[in-house]
Amino acid sequence: MPDCHESYIVNSQSCRPDLLTILNSAAGLNHSLLLSLTANLCRFTAINSAMRVALQTDPTATVFGEDVAFGGVFRCSVGLKEEFGASRVFNTPLSEQGIAGFAIGYAAMGGTAIAEMQFADYIFPAMDQLVNEAAKYRYRSGNEFNCGGLTIRAPCGAVGHGGHYHSQSPEAYFAHTPGLKVVMPRDAREAKGLLLASIRDPDPVIFLEPKALYRTSVEDVPDGDYEVPLGVAQVLRAGADVTVVGWGAQLRVLAEGCDMARARDGISCELIDLRTVLPWDAATVAASVRKTGRLVVSHEAPRTCGFAAEVAADLQERCFLHLQAPVARVCGYDTPFPLVFERHYAPDALKVYEAIKKAVNY
Amino acid sequence: MFRSALTRSSLRACASQMGETGKRAMSSGSITVPFSREYDTHKLPFEMPKEAVTNKEELLGYFKLMYTMRRMEITCDTEYKARAIRGFCHLYDGQEAVAMGVEAAFDQKDSWITSYRCHCISLLRGGTVESIFAELLGYSEGVSHGKGGSMHMYSKKHNFYGGQGIVGAQVPVGVGLSFAAKYATPPGEKTPVAIAMYGDGAANQGQIWEGANMASLWKLPMIFCIENNQYGMGTSKERSSSNNKYYTMGNHIPGVRMDGMNVLMVREGMKAAKEWCSTGNGPIYVESDTYRYHGHSMSDPGTTYRNRDEIASMRTARDPIEYVKNLLVQHNLADPQELKNIEKDIRKEVQDALKAAKNGSIPKFEELYKDIYIGGEDNSKIVYPAYIRMPDRAKSIGSIYERGVSGM
Repeated sequence: MPDCHESYIVNSQSCRPDLLTILNSAAGLNHSLLLSLTANLCRFTAINSAMRVALQTDPTATVFGEDVAFGGVFRCSVGLKEEFGASRVFNTPLSEQGIAGFAIGYAAMGGTAIAEMQFADYIFPAMDQLVNEAAKYRYRSGNEFNCGGLTIRAPCGAVGHGGHYHSQSPEAYFAHTPGLKVVMPRDAREAKGLLLASIRDPDPVIFLEPKALYRTSVEDVPDGDYEVPLGVAQVLRAGADVTVVGWGAQLRVLAEGCDMARARDGISCELIDLRTVLPWDAATVAASVRKTGRLVVSHEAPRTCGFAAEVAADLQERCFLHLQAPVARVCGYDTPFPLVFERHYAPDALKVYEAIKKAVNY
Repeated sequence: MFRSALTRSSLRACASQMGETGKRAMSSGSITVPFSREYDTHKLPFEMPKEAVTNKEELLGYFKLMYTMRRMEITCDTEYKARAIRGFCHLYDGQEAVAMGVEAAFDQKDSWITSYRCHCISLLRGGTVESIFAELLGYSEGVSHGKGGSMHMYSKKHNFYGGQGIVGAQVPVGVGLSFAAKYATPPGEKTPVAIAMYGDGAANQGQIWEGANMASLWKLPMIFCIENNQYGMGTSKERSSSNNKYYTMGNHIPGVRMDGMNVLMVREGMKAAKEWCSTGNGPIYVESDTYRYHGHSMSDPGTTYRNRDEIASMRTARDPIEYVKNLLVQHNLADPQELKNIEKDIRKEVQDALKAAKNGSIPKFEELYKDIYIGGEDNSKIVYPAYIRMPDRAKSIGSIYERGVSGM
């Protein structure tokens, strides 16, 4: 595992320019973007700020995971150990199942556990602990115990060069588990508020951080303590012709698709960020679909049994007579996350645009 | 501040059902009992005792509780076969001395988590025979309000974090409990300990190593307690484990093995383990060599992989309750008739508890969707799923078309 992480922690000082160029071309990114990414990684990020607030306001809050005391591979916890001490911010062994169980035990005794899975792709060894121990603790004990103080953070999603095991978006697996909450923010400002809400939520939360959002400049993020409520979607753009729904970093792609549709065809899209995948705000989406009569749902994860399937099924129940076109899904393909064909695999803006146009012209 | 169990008041020891019998030693009329078998040790930097000091009051206390456990489990067997108890059911008879010895060495600030074989630990930690039966029968008077069943009994007040259904999964959770105990203890003070019990069959689960490594790395007050009852379901330890000395499995973590059929040996072993862990030395492995009379669960007759002679010889030679009875009689602390009368009383108490439990009430329908999530201002509000179709449609919860947040 460790050698895979290193490509994410290179910074412009330690990385030779020619290597940066190679990384850039592999990532399909322009040079300046990668430079700005690495510069920001060394500063306080939104996630870092949220965890700092949590540690300041809750003396039982602890932050742990693989390499987090050193700042974590994405620098999210940088400076926290120095500020709050090694008993509250510490490294764990590479033991995902152990980390999850350990965090559940700490939370069961009333502590606030903020545990990091280094990549969402590594969360699967902890599946039993999360699905069987965490999610059901309250239910099986008749509310005698719970592990509401548990928040599992995990970086997810595509970054351009992650390959099979540094790119996946596992939200649908956890959305199938009553007792868990699943959150995925779209940008840095949202990430801070949603993470604080997740940490303080009385139920266990899987907090998936799209790796792409780590690039967002920290200057956009308010200082201080604020929360963005869980389970509440947000209408980002009002529109009349088609409802476009997503979560996480996909919102940026969807916005681009909506822009194309407006510019080329004059289509007015209503863009909605679900923000919380479980429990999801179906009422907001349904209100929109009743108005527009069309729905496009999109995510990076594979199409079959992805969470878009749930949105589509639920919305056709709610809005059957309002629909003027089949609900469209723009998703990853049903393949492992590819290394060399990521750009083909990705549900990019063009695919979104195509789906929007098809829905409107149905 | 800690939100729940770690508050100072709740950490205060709760008076146990066993009264003070387990803790009050050295009163008048104490006897010294040498152990017929030595502790086996692994990298243990201190000496284990060779004898225990006890008295009539303690021994009678152990005898009564262990006999109650025995009768309770045997009654479960009958009720299961009569189809009053359904689902999964794993019985503890034969292993009583392990739980009894642990509780006698502990105080109730020490947290305890175990596997699905949890009825008798519940009895020591907040449950009553009646509430345990009620749980098994699925009634709302049960220890988990009828929502857990055989494998899931808990008591926050008594720091019992319950029975867990997945083999081995309780162990890293137990490590988290020990971390919380250490976190909440001011430097220099003795920490309460956490114990996770698991069987020989679970001992090779990978996640136990993950938890053990963390416990050792961070010197957590954690007791890894292997209840070696010789069979992981139907597979004997020789056929399932390349290392049958489970107390050595922590590698550099010290370990000790003891006769799990001898309550005094378990008690003294656990006292030593607790002292080691609570003074900042890190974890310890403790293996209790024990035996279960019943099969693994009610669907296992327990006779296909071992013969009846083995079970019979174990009952004759090593029964943990007979051991305590013999001590009482040999040392003239009780006469056989007195013990018979106690047994008779307990049999009746258990039957009465069963009768009372059978008058329990079926949980309300709302229990189906309660305790999944909570919310509201003070996090006390039940959050309901979007739609539940009740037998009476008019009483259904929510509406498919009007519901707000889906999945809630």
